[in-house]
Amino acid sequence: MSNHRQPDSSGNSRRRFLIESVRSACAVGLVGVGIALYATPSQSLPALRLRPPGALPEEDFLGSCTRCGLCVRDCPYDILHLAGIGEEVAAGTPYFIAREAGCEMCTDIPCIPICPTGALNHELTDINKARMGLAVIVDQESCIAFLGLRCEVCFNICPLRGKAITIETAHNNRSGKHALFIPTVHSASCTGCGKCEEGCVTDIASIKVLPTDLAQGLLGEHYRIGWREKEAAGASLVSPDNEHRYSLPQGQRYDHNGAGLITTPQEESSPFAPDPLDTLNQGWKP
Amino acid sequence: MSLTRREFIKNNAIAATAAVAGVTIPGVSAAADEEIRWDKAACRYCGTGCSVLIGVKEGRVVASQGDPDAPVNRGLNCIKGYFLPKILYGKDRLTKPLLRKADGKYAKNGKFEEVSWDEAFDEMAKHWKKAITRSLEENQGKGVDELTSRVGMFGSGQWTVWEGYAASKLMKAGLRSNHLDPNARHCMASAVGAFIRGFGIDEPMGCYDDLEHADSFVLWGANMAEMHPILWSRLTDTRLTKPGCEVHVLSTYEHRCFELADNAMVFTPQSDLAIANFIANYIIENRAYNQAFIDQHVSFNQATTDIGYGLRPDHPLEKAAKNPGKGKFNPISFEEYAKSVAEYTVDKASKMSGVSKEALLKLAKTYADPNRKVTSYWTMGMNQHTRGVWMNGLVYNIHLLTGKISEPGNSPFSLTGQPSACGTAREVGTFSHRLPADLVVANKAHRDFSEDRWQLPEGTLNGKVGYHAVLMHRMMKDSKLNTYWQLCNNNMQAAANMNEESFPGWRNPEVFVTVSDPYPTVSAQAADLILPTAMWIEKEGAYGNAERRTQFWRQQVAAPGEAKSDLWQIMEFSKRFKMEEVWPPELLEKAPQYRGKTLYELLYANGEVDKFPFTGEIKDDRGNNYANDESAHFGYYVQKGLFEEYRRFNSAPDIIKKGHEMAEFDAYHRARGLRWPVIDGKETLWRFREGYDPHVAKGEGVRFYGKPDGRAAIISAPFEPAAESPDKEYDLWLCTGRVLEHWHSGSMTQRVPELHRAVPDAVVFMHPDDAKRRRLRRGSAIKVVSRRGEIISTVETQGRNLPPEGLIFVPWFDASRLINKVTLDATDPLSKETDYKKCAVKVVKI
Repeated sequence: MSNHRQPDSSGNSRRRFLIESVRSACAVGLVGVGIALYATPSQSLPALRLRPPGALPEEDFLGSCTRCGLCVRDCPYDILHLAGIGEEVAAGTPYFIAREAGCEMCTDIPCIPICPTGALNHELTDINKARMGLAVIVDQESCIAFLGLRCEVCFNICPLRGKAITIETAHNNRSGKHALFIPTVHSASCTGCGKCEEGCVTDIASIKVLPTDLAQGLLGEHYRIGWREKEAAGASLVSPDNEHRYSLPQGQRYDHNGAGLITTPQEESSPFAPDPLDTLNQGWKP
Repeated sequence: MSLTRREFIKNNAIAATAAVAGVTIPGVSAAADEEIRWDKAACRYCGTGCSVLIGVKEGRVVASQGDPDAPVNRGLNCIKGYFLPKILYGKDRLTKPLLRKADGKYAKNGKFEEVSWDEAFDEMAKHWKKAITRSLEENQGKGVDELTSRVGMFGSGQWTVWEGYAASKLMKAGLRSNHLDPNARHCMASAVGAFIRGFGIDEPMGCYDDLEHADSFVLWGANMAEMHPILWSRLTDTRLTKPGCEVHVLSTYEHRCFELADNAMVFTPQSDLAIANFIANYIIENRAYNQAFIDQHVSFNQATTDIGYGLRPDHPLEKAAKNPGKGKFNPISFEEYAKSVAEYTVDKASKMSGVSKEALLKLAKTYADPNRKVTSYWTMGMNQHTRGVWMNGLVYNIHLLTGKISEPGNSPFSLTGQPSACGTAREVGTFSHRLPADLVVANKAHRDFSEDRWQLPEGTLNGKVGYHAVLMHRMMKDSKLNTYWQLCNNNMQAAANMNEESFPGWRNPEVFVTVSDPYPTVSAQAADLILPTAMWIEKEGAYGNAERRTQFWRQQVAAPGEAKSDLWQIMEFSKRFKMEEVWPPELLEKAPQYRGKTLYELLYANGEVDKFPFTGEIKDDRGNNYANDESAHFGYYVQKGLFEEYRRFNSAPDIIKKGHEMAEFDAYHRARGLRWPVIDGKETLWRFREGYDPHVAKGEGVRFYGKPDGRAAIISAPFEPAAESPDKEYDLWLCTGRVLEHWHSGSMTQRVPELHRAVPDAVVFMHPDDAKRRRLRRGSAIKVVSRRGEIISTVETQGRNLPPEGLIFVPWFDASRLINKVTLDATDPLSKETDYKKCAVKVVKI
């Protein structure tokens, strides 16, 4: 019988190794607290720790944030944490963990006006313009929507449902008669609030909010997306072709820009061609 | 198979995280999958009837998967199905009977205390016997058509087939009470009414294969995208892959099906009656009807009108109605029928519904086009409707006028909400007016036949239709129904108008309420006695889905603690009654062999139900063994005996109503369901059409054999207004319903943390302008208030449901926000099904 899991013995030892490693890592962490704080006061933010809405780019943010904790105090949903000593986040700075609880996206964004230094940018007044990160389906093998199951929790829970996350449907080749309902994140609208990661039903979230620079690729500078260019221009960039004409057997058409060859259904079945001349001129011999 | 590096790391990472957190995840531990025993089961939730594989190890469900060999779902699940194993393992499973007590004995307002099964049944039987004695006195000298009873049972479209059958037998054959009704009354009674009126036989003529064969789909009040997720996946695939395929969506608010709609129509509540009549009128005016079909296969009829709203007789609306509750329809000519729909012009339909003329014409042309195959789907939008039977019928009218019925892709298809509303509630006859296999209590010939099957003396079965679901609560409040046993559902959260009817009824000191449930639901909280129940795969079971597919499963695991299946409870309870306590002497005189016997001996140890030996365990064809707790307890193969006796109603050579034939018991354990009628081992895909349906003789083409004349009935019915419409004070329509993530009242899915996190609360979906006008915004705390009650919730102006101005939508899964305090208990007077989609409310800020 096939078995995709790890055989018993090696799995155990491997697992034990990992657990041990985690434990010793924790111990080292505790011992090294003081040193680490001194040595790397502006270490980079771990990928799954997100800054509040309006936070300046990380380096500027660390420079501006006075560690006053007012934003954390004023978060009405207690989403924001204040980093403590020894955490991976610079001590005293605010952050949230999407998997635990995503930003509720208050329309009045109370965490921003209270910020005394502008580390949280006061110019951000529309929460939908916040960019705390970018949601990414990090694991298409585990995301049950990609498997064809009807989930769509991330889509339904998204505060900008239909904009930041849409559902794209496609034929399920495996089942042959079902559709796939694939969640698709749109960077132009995603605020990085993290509600999708919070709600994701897989044991480890298959959709995660990552820092935007980690989450995004970049298309070749030279390349344009043809159909979008055409749509933006409202017409083809290069003049359309002259009309195409084709040699075709009777009863068939060809649609140059659409379906291609079109075989029209046979007329009511008759052994005779509709044009009598076709019958008469076919070179009949007894 | 070798393990990829990625899988290796992932598995170990999960295990490591879990180990650190101090929990173990079943199935991901080091032990191999090989030790898991896999077997099939029907999904526990909706009427779609997906099949799943259940993985059991050491007596516990440790894994599950969509069944890749099941034709319905081919390995897929919805999000609820993905979490199926977790519904068994909620922390607060009930494991002991609980009785309200004070000072050591039962007290109506006592506190729940653990009791033994013996004490539970003793107390329960005491109340039932008292009520039965009163009934026997009241029935002295009465004819069999006039018998009343004070005992009642409320069952379920989520019962297994044999549970429904055993319950029906206990109540109707044993206790001679027709006060047995299922929660399916709230769900598809209107669909049944229309099937019987139109075709003389219940359930759809088509099957799910219509999903691949139709050119156009029309949704008449079904949010398939959320309520039948896997069927929606199939419909979507056809729309994506079939050239020219179109989807028309009708609803009173915009929901997720609108994402796929080619023709989206939001109509004013209740105006669907006008839209359907307009389409019929359009087809007639444009001579698009199928003359040959209507000449040979259709009769024309006119419904009795002004039939009231199924409220209490002293309600002003009932007093005002000319023909309250009258279902009679009379033959008319085609010309008279044409005249009856002539007033429904496109202008009138558009004006009444608020749907553009263009959209209505597009819809009408779809039905009228002889070259388009059209499948219509509906569920609660059409069934939970004070004119639900009519409305179902009006859609059949369209299909019958055009002959677009009973062939691949041409299908009027009533989708079912529950997993076995068809298989159990409908087919074995757990309604207050029904007997097994489409027979009815009011018909003497049907009673005679049933008495023969059940070895009862003539005149045993009660010919008077019993209390339906809604009436039961009214009768409990009025002290006319004194015992009530609810199994496998949550009617205190489901039944409308809780404040005025259900709750006062249940808490009436003259009524003793028993609730059998796996979890402490709202119903359990309102009960007097709670019986802990074995659920789903903790017992051997069978469900029948919406396409007539009967599916079996074996018992996979044991129930926790002292929890017992509803089947065990029903059969065991019957042992408490001596025949002399439940039947009058004159009836026992006709059957002296039953003197001194118990109901159990009459009903179950009767030589039929107990004729299949039980050898200690159930084996599958792969050599696996399964327990069967009921059979072990009673000493014979209980499920097989019940099913085979039931088959004597629908498959014996001398049955009086053909068309429901089923295969023998064992065949179902070897198949992913079979679609009835099953004749000579062959399933039926499309009924009433020659070639597909063996009941249609060669040369007949089509025959609606449920009707004596072989003709389906087109029944004309006009628009009549809703029971309660918005006015100056209560200025909004309220529509209630479900969400994808939660099943019904949430008693199972709310116990799955992931599903709870995905949709924790029932919010009030509202148009943003309606919110603004009330100085509300998204997230504002509000009260939804009707003439009957109120709930507190919050406003949602975006998301999956987008109501038009003037309507709000509230889901009913949330036990902490009971919208049934607000809803109105008006019903379709013909089907007695509540209209959960329409009443008048106001929304106020708090």
